[in-house]
Amino acid sequence: MPEIRNYTLNFGPQHPSAHGVLRLVLEMDGEVIERADPHIGLLHRGTEKLAEYKPYNQSIGYMDRLDYVSMMCNEHGYVRAIEKLLGIQAPERAQYIRTLFDEITRILNHLMWLGAHALDIGAMSVFLYCFREREDLMDCYEAVSGARLHATYYRPGGVHRDLPEQMPRYEGKSKWHSAREIAQRNSARDGSLLDFIQDFTERFPGHVDEYETLLTDNRIWKQRTVDIGIVSPERALQLGFTGPMVRGSGIEWDLRKKQPYAAYHQVDFDIPVGVNGDCYDRYLVRMEEMRQSNRIIRQCVDWLRANPGPVSIEDHKVVPPKRAEVKENMEALIHHFKLFTEGYCTPSGEVYAAVEAPKGEFGCYIVSDGANKPYRLKVRAPGFPHLAALDEMSRGHMLADVVAIIGTLDIVFGEIDR
Amino acid sequence: MVTHILTRTARVDALAASIRAHFAESEFELIDEFGELTLILPAEHLLDVARTLRDHDAFRFEQLIDLCGVDYSAYGNSEWETDEASSTGFGRGVDRELQVEADDPKRFAVVVHLLSLAHNHRLRLRTHVAASAPIVDSLIPVWSAANWFEREAFDLYGILFRGHPDLRRILTDYGFVGHPFRKDFPLSGQVEMRYDPEQKRVVYEPVSIEPRVLVPRVIREDSRHVGPGEEARHA
Repeated sequence: MPEIRNYTLNFGPQHPSAHGVLRLVLEMDGEVIERADPHIGLLHRGTEKLAEYKPYNQSIGYMDRLDYVSMMCNEHGYVRAIEKLLGIQAPERAQYIRTLFDEITRILNHLMWLGAHALDIGAMSVFLYCFREREDLMDCYEAVSGARLHATYYRPGGVHRDLPEQMPRYEGKSKWHSAREIAQRNSARDGSLLDFIQDFTERFPGHVDEYETLLTDNRIWKQRTVDIGIVSPERALQLGFTGPMVRGSGIEWDLRKKQPYAAYHQVDFDIPVGVNGDCYDRYLVRMEEMRQSNRIIRQCVDWLRANPGPVSIEDHKVVPPKRAEVKENMEALIHHFKLFTEGYCTPSGEVYAAVEAPKGEFGCYIVSDGANKPYRLKVRAPGFPHLAALDEMSRGHMLADVVAIIGTLDIVFGEIDR
Repeated sequence: MVTHILTRTARVDALAASIRAHFAESEFELIDEFGELTLILPAEHLLDVARTLRDHDAFRFEQLIDLCGVDYSAYGNSEWETDEASSTGFGRGVDRELQVEADDPKRFAVVVHLLSLAHNHRLRLRTHVAASAPIVDSLIPVWSAANWFEREAFDLYGILFRGHPDLRRILTDYGFVGHPFRKDFPLSGQVEMRYDPEQKRVVYEPVSIEPRVLVPRVIREDSRHVGPGEEARHA
């Protein structure tokens, strides 16, 4: 019989299931993990230090680049911290638009997670289906902000502009698509953005059923996820888990319900929780969250149709005046100039504001000394404590299970390395 | 919506009262600002206070949400004088020689954010440490989540955590020198990296980037910041 030796295995940073730039040093006994040591920081850009050298508004775009699959939720956390510091509150319509786009972002994130997680474990087709739906949601991002990913749409005091009346359409001749195909792609784009989103919400539950048909009762999927990476509720709290990771362990905790912000106290939705705290339960929790997000989006669409109004406050010390006003009004011109050359000074003090991002609690801690730039910005990324728990979760599992555990953590290195 | 805000402040007041009752000694200071509570405490009490906050029925802070370092050595410095007009007019003369108080006995702070799921409230702990000996007790025995957060604070600020099992750098490169988030560490860094075709390897050199300030740092004490008054700010 051959002798089995312990050895150390380098996993990543160039490994397709390392989800970016994770370098894992695994100490193994045969095929069993004895210790996992994640080496992070390969994507460290010093976002927090950069923010110390820029006026508040110029850092909103950096927030998109933290967790680059749930962009607007990051912006929401940062913008909420500034609003708390300034003592301003966005108008109600802006709150509903933020709720709407937070939930669109949640679906975007969970689709990315589901596709990548399934692909890691060997189910190729789910990935393709997920990206089909992500495309529609990214078009919503583009319609409202002009950018498909890094939107910079939320601003202190509201959102950048109101929802467009006309959903952008595919136009002209294409080398790759026939006229019939283009007409088909435009079929849901005749009306406003809200019409397009409503059409999406009608289709989407059927799509979730499709993913579930592929996975939920799939024998291989269950063999790879059931009883893998079990976390007890006590350990989940000790390890600082938030979001679907803590709910998968059976703790009913969701900031949208417990510490509501934006318009979450006015919409109706349920929080799914798991029972066993394994990868399969966390999968089920996230699938149900997509359905609940869809429900919230529908309620927001109905409210936004019925209630037109301003989408940002009128205070030009914080929000720039309209372009037409700048051309005619001296006061507006001065406001515009001061806002873009200096920004606004906040009262001194320290605040922490958190939102329920798709991955967990995303928080921003700002220390201000009364200047037009933050003195210190700390981003509390949900993925950071989750990845820190990888060692504990993977101990005693097989090498192939590490891939399932990395998938279930839903990590993105933009936010972990910052 | 109004009732919702009222119940929130009532809960914060109740927490503030029980903290004042428990930590009545003069070295503790409780700040109630922006509807958030900050307990400032001396470093030697951090571990005891943390245990009480986790285990006592009135607090039950089961989760450590965040732990980070702060460098207060440039607090309140601005690059542009705004209080009075100078005799030379309003030039964009930016004062880049910022005063950094490098040996302040309260230079660094360790800031901890706690969350109680049972009572649904939050608390911030802040403890200051001297620049000459920036050491505090590690919070890992109380909350396991502190492990990586403390490694990060060590990496970025050079704050040491007594009793930490594995205090290695976490975010910066292997072999990195210095603590990049300190206020006396330049934004552009100290070294830059390029491939040297002669030596056929990557070499490090001092940075060639000239530091520049696009928007000067300004502190204004006038009514520039806005809002419907104190009550709304604390809501």
